[in-house]
Amino acid sequence: MALSFDKALGIHADALQVRSRRLELLASNLANADTPNYKARDIDFRAALGHAQQGEAVAMRRTHAGHLPSGGAAGHAVEPQYRVPSQPSLDGNTVDTQLEQAAFSENAVQYQASLDFLNSRFQGLRTALRGE
Amino acid sequence: MSNLFKLFEISGSALSAQSVRLNTVASNMANAQVVSGSPEQAYRARHPVFQSVLQDIGGASGTASVQVAGVLESQAEPRAEYAPEHPLADEQGYVYKPNVNVVEEMANMISASRSYQNNVEVMNTTRQLLLRTLQLGQQ
Repeated sequence: MALSFDKALGIHADALQVRSRRLELLASNLANADTPNYKARDIDFRAALGHAQQGEAVAMRRTHAGHLPSGGAAGHAVEPQYRVPSQPSLDGNTVDTQLEQAAFSENAVQYQASLDFLNSRFQGLRTALRGE
Repeated sequence: MSNLFKLFEISGSALSAQSVRLNTVASNMANAQVVSGSPEQAYRARHPVFQSVLQDIGGASGTASVQVAGVLESQAEPRAEYAPEHPLADEQGYVYKPNVNVVEEMANMISASRSYQNNVEVMNTTRQLLLRTLQLGQQ
């Protein structure tokens, strides 16, 4: 029986990818907290993870060097959604710093949780290989 | 593929943008009491204009960093003060003070430093996550 890392690591490898993507988005929301007309964006974690789990997303073929990549990597396929602002500001910015900060730290903890799960999977694999 | 290293670029751009803002605040505050002889010569408050820059062409990942698009001078009229014995006073006896609103600048400074702190925090958290990712499978 072949040892498949994909099966051994389960959902956590995909989850880690989607988490890091979400971290990136939340960080750019926080970075643009004072930029006029910036609209805060976020991804629907469940949808993105579902998409990542289905394997390679369908990417369009590029037949010319000037073509833009259509984004085929896992997690990228799900378009970020715009946040509905609870207190829109006069300059058109929809970033709610407190909300973004909370989401960022929540996501950071979840990222660490995913790392821990992955670590324990690796430990399990190692134990199985040693056969002690 | 998304990677966490891009996050340093994003937060770093925000740090430099906020430090430009802090710099203009400092310049405005420092010059708030500078007196001049004509409305044209008077110092004018400067404010940076922020702009977001999409990280990838087409914006598929939706992440954006910040840049300072320019520094604009306030168009408000300088404050004229009647001081006939001042050496710089014009024929009517007026000197001109900058159109800097000190209270506004203070609020601006607090807002800028809070935003700066937020982004530093983001960078610290990311650094920790990256270090832990590097240690994956080592224990």
